[in-house]
Amino acid sequence: MKEGRTHKRFQKFGMVIDLDKCTGCGSCMVACMAENNVPFRKDESNKLLSITWMRVYKLTNGMPFPETDVCYLPRPCMQCAGQHEGHSPCVSVCPAIATDYSMESGIVSQIYTRCFGCRYCMASCPYHARYFNWWDPIWPDGMEKYLSPNVSPRMRGVVEKCSFCFHRYQRAKDRAYMEGRRELQEDEYQTACTQACPAGAITFGDLNNPKHAVSEMVEPDPKHSGRPKNPNAFRLLERLGTNPKVYYLSSREWVRRAGDNYLKNEKKVKKPVHHG
Amino acid sequence: MKIGRRGFLSFVIGGAAGTALSPLPWKLMDDSSIWTQMWPWTPVPEDGEASYVNSVCTLCPGHCGITVRKIDNRAVKIEGMKGHPVNNGGICLLGLSGLQLLYGPMRVKTPLKRTGKRGQGQWEKISWNDAVSEVVEKLRDIRSEGHPQTVGFISGFDRGTVSRLFERFLTAYGSPNFMRMPSVRDSYELAQYLMQGVQALPGFDFENSDFVLSFGSGLIDGWGSPVRMSRVHSAWQSAGVKVIQIEPRLSNTAAKSDKWIPINPGTEGALAMGLAHVIVKESLYDADFIENNVEGFFDWKNLVIDKYSPDTVASITGIDSRTIVVLARGFANASKPLAVCGRGNGTTPVNIDECMAVHALNALVGNIHKKGGVWAVSEPDYINWPEIEMDAKAAAGMQHERLDGAGSKTYPFTRYLLPRLPETIDPGEKNPLQALFVSGANPLYTHPDTQAVRNAFDKIPLVVSFSSYMDETAQNADLILPNHIYLERYEEVPTPAGMIEPVIGLSRPVVEPQFNTRHVGDVILQMAKGLGGSVAKTFPWDSYDSCLKETLGDLWNYLIDKGFWSNTGAMPPFFGTSYETASGKFELINKDNGSIPQFKPVSIEGDEKDYPLLLIPYDSMRLACGFIGDPPFVMKTVEDSILKGKDVFVELNPKTARNQGLREGQRVVLTTPKGKAEVKVHLFEGIMPGLVALPRGLGHTGWDEYLAGKGINFNTLIGPVEDPDSGLDAAWGIRAKLEKA
Ligand code: SF4
Ligand code: SF4
Ligand code: SF4
Repeated sequence: MKEGRTHKRFQKFGMVIDLDKCTGCGSCMVACMAENNVPFRKDESNKLLSITWMRVYKLTNGMPFPETDVCYLPRPCMQCAGQHEGHSPCVSVCPAIATDYSMESGIVSQIYTRCFGCRYCMASCPYHARYFNWWDPIWPDGMEKYLSPNVSPRMRGVVEKCSFCFHRYQRAKDRAYMEGRRELQEDEYQTACTQACPAGAITFGDLNNPKHAVSEMVEPDPKHSGRPKNPNAFRLLERLGTNPKVYYLSSREWVRRAGDNYLKNEKKVKKPVHHG
Repeated sequence: MKIGRRGFLSFVIGGAAGTALSPLPWKLMDDSSIWTQMWPWTPVPEDGEASYVNSVCTLCPGHCGITVRKIDNRAVKIEGMKGHPVNNGGICLLGLSGLQLLYGPMRVKTPLKRTGKRGQGQWEKISWNDAVSEVVEKLRDIRSEGHPQTVGFISGFDRGTVSRLFERFLTAYGSPNFMRMPSVRDSYELAQYLMQGVQALPGFDFENSDFVLSFGSGLIDGWGSPVRMSRVHSAWQSAGVKVIQIEPRLSNTAAKSDKWIPINPGTEGALAMGLAHVIVKESLYDADFIENNVEGFFDWKNLVIDKYSPDTVASITGIDSRTIVVLARGFANASKPLAVCGRGNGTTPVNIDECMAVHALNALVGNIHKKGGVWAVSEPDYINWPEIEMDAKAAAGMQHERLDGAGSKTYPFTRYLLPRLPETIDPGEKNPLQALFVSGANPLYTHPDTQAVRNAFDKIPLVVSFSSYMDETAQNADLILPNHIYLERYEEVPTPAGMIEPVIGLSRPVVEPQFNTRHVGDVILQMAKGLGGSVAKTFPWDSYDSCLKETLGDLWNYLIDKGFWSNTGAMPPFFGTSYETASGKFELINKDNGSIPQFKPVSIEGDEKDYPLLLIPYDSMRLACGFIGDPPFVMKTVEDSILKGKDVFVELNPKTARNQGLREGQRVVLTTPKGKAEVKVHLFEGIMPGLVALPRGLGHTGWDEYLAGKGINFNTLIGPVEDPDSGLDAAWGIRAKLEKA
């Protein structure tokens, strides 16, 4: 009751992943699994069935030896805002409102108990960020001891995906409220993958806050649905208009081009125009 | 960072505004709906008081600081420790999976005694007292027969109190056969000894160098202290440091470097000599340093000029001479260049000539013991134990030569030569090894020519494993005396691999021991007590913990409080005292044994006629290939172009595949002079034509069902190749052929 709602500032949490720094080590994937009680099975080599909220893809430039080059691309959920904030591809199709766009944080939630497993959202997600639980999770005897109470284990028949470690946001906010603060410091809420990345390749913060590193790094252009002004920055499948909140940085042209589908003879990525 | 979680929860729930704005109700609703819907088969993790424990990860020689989050007495998450000099908050995927090792099905839960044949997997539980008595009895027999030297100890690590206890035990008992697992450290130690006269750890000031020349070292593929190296790599990216990677396959390190220069495998040493040629010929070396600190320059110069012209080297390495010249100039003209060797993640040695040639490059540009250079790092000196009590038997036993030949006339300066052990275990006469202890190592998986090693082990009457996990060596032991895992025990861990600043970390119990395990240090003390006499007297401590506390003295409290001690701002050793060679200088030619940096090709096994291809291994952060195998989480990160179902893929250049008539995904038989395996083909442009690459870290038979039986263990297809100068295993690959299955 200290402050009214008038000061409410919407945040837009987002991520910048520096692909020059990313070594493809996979720490982010495992940090996510350990943080979010992600189950595992005996055979995880069928990647369509393997639940990895964060998945690191290997990209190749397709050139023959010795011009070959490889780059890794970590892919969490992009937390798409859509053309009009809130029209994420997956949110728009969910008949059960099991997945929703939070205007306060910009995070696309997934409420497992509402999900009845129609998987429309999976079909609509262009980033393959969603996973279906074809089986109940089973932890070997004794291993359930490490499960975190902050994240509910999922059951067979529901869809799950990266939540930007939403429970960490809650935890940070709870703490801030307890200390009588309304606003979170930049480092108070960080996702598990960001924290773990040995290379410091992931930066996380509020894209609406120009002082946060994420904004400084990519300079999102609000007039063009957050398209990055930094010429080395790009978003995956930019032209679909999903308006993702995950940005990538790369100094390699072929990597930036790999982030979207281009026609064979199409020229360089068109740089967004800078509107004074 | 301890907050009464319950305290603030109730506060938040109490404050109306807080509740209205807080997402907490959503969370509670979510949770309560889960609880009310009652999915009995989905576990509901119990909530409780959160706390954090700082410790050190010892799953690899990286020794990262970790912070473990606990809910009541359960450990729920391992995170990197902020402010730690090695990893400052970052953590690798293996370290992150530590709780799967703690609570996992691969644990050995109680002492076990073999009942069936070796390796059959038939065990009976045995009490700790019985198990230790059994070992003590056997040791007493061996000793009273006057053969104490026939007891061996293989350890994954040779520093810190635990390893020193092993060594101390063996010495007091009367055996010189303490053996450390091989790695590139063997080569570096020897090179530093021959050229600088010191026994020290090789340290690399990567953080401050501005031109890094890597002879195949997988600097971001697990080499050295992996998280430190990732951090270094990012700093390089930001600062625009030039990194040149020389290797026949596009590893992640190569892909991230500024320039990848493919080279004929095994000819890295020739390239180093070729670079030296250009640097010497064009007088690009650090003349000051050479004049004041280097001995033997002129003799070596003649050799280099004579034998390693760019054209000659180009024909050996397959790198054109122009590239060699440009590279040499770039290296020599950088202000803080650094050259480094050790293929892949550095768990195999390189031959001593190659290591000395690379080390000589550093001397040429004068970056020994300088900012951004290579340092001989001395161990923090805190273990000061009383003299070992040696009775006559011990003294007599210690007179024997080591079984692996290290320190012998042939290999006088090499410290450990474990790969030579199998051939010394002779089935004919009385076995020179009557009992073998293994701790923190899994030689039956990690040693080249696994089958031969296993045959050798089969001839040792008693094999005792201290493994916490059912690994391949434990599977084939007679007795398993399971150690606590690192999250359940105290142990101090000195300086991580490759660091220049001395660090001591403290591993401490994050949770109570989960099973009927015992600290290996305590078992050693118990064994010593059981043997009595001078052996017992050598160990005046009641328990390992009290030994550690006493050893560390004031440092103990410091470590308990801070988790680690480090000597930041460590200064390079003072020049005058840092070379302990006969000349007091850095010696390019060691007068004692005539060793001189040069190129001698390693003759790898197999002939070209029968085996037209070359098989090389490759390492990845996602495949642990040391004494720890991949836990389930890490297995999830293995790409489907590496493992599909139970099939592993070998990498093949499309050109090679075309020549062999093979296509993507095809099932083939891979044969080497050492073994045969069914694999699948994966076409990869990033590998030199004529080569086949197989990842290390798969093909386990031990561990758990998440890892066992998948893929092929590279070590079953290769054997060691002895470097005639050092005895080290210098094999970088083996000849191979592929046939349609
Ligand atoms: S943890 Fe960091 S470096 Fe490793 S794969 Fe993920 S983003 Fe890349
Ligand atoms: S990435 Fe996929 S799951 Fe995530 S918000 Fe976008 S459409 Fe939805
Ligand atoms: S790099 Fe090594 S020490 Fe560090 S967390 Fe990983 S396994 Fe542990």
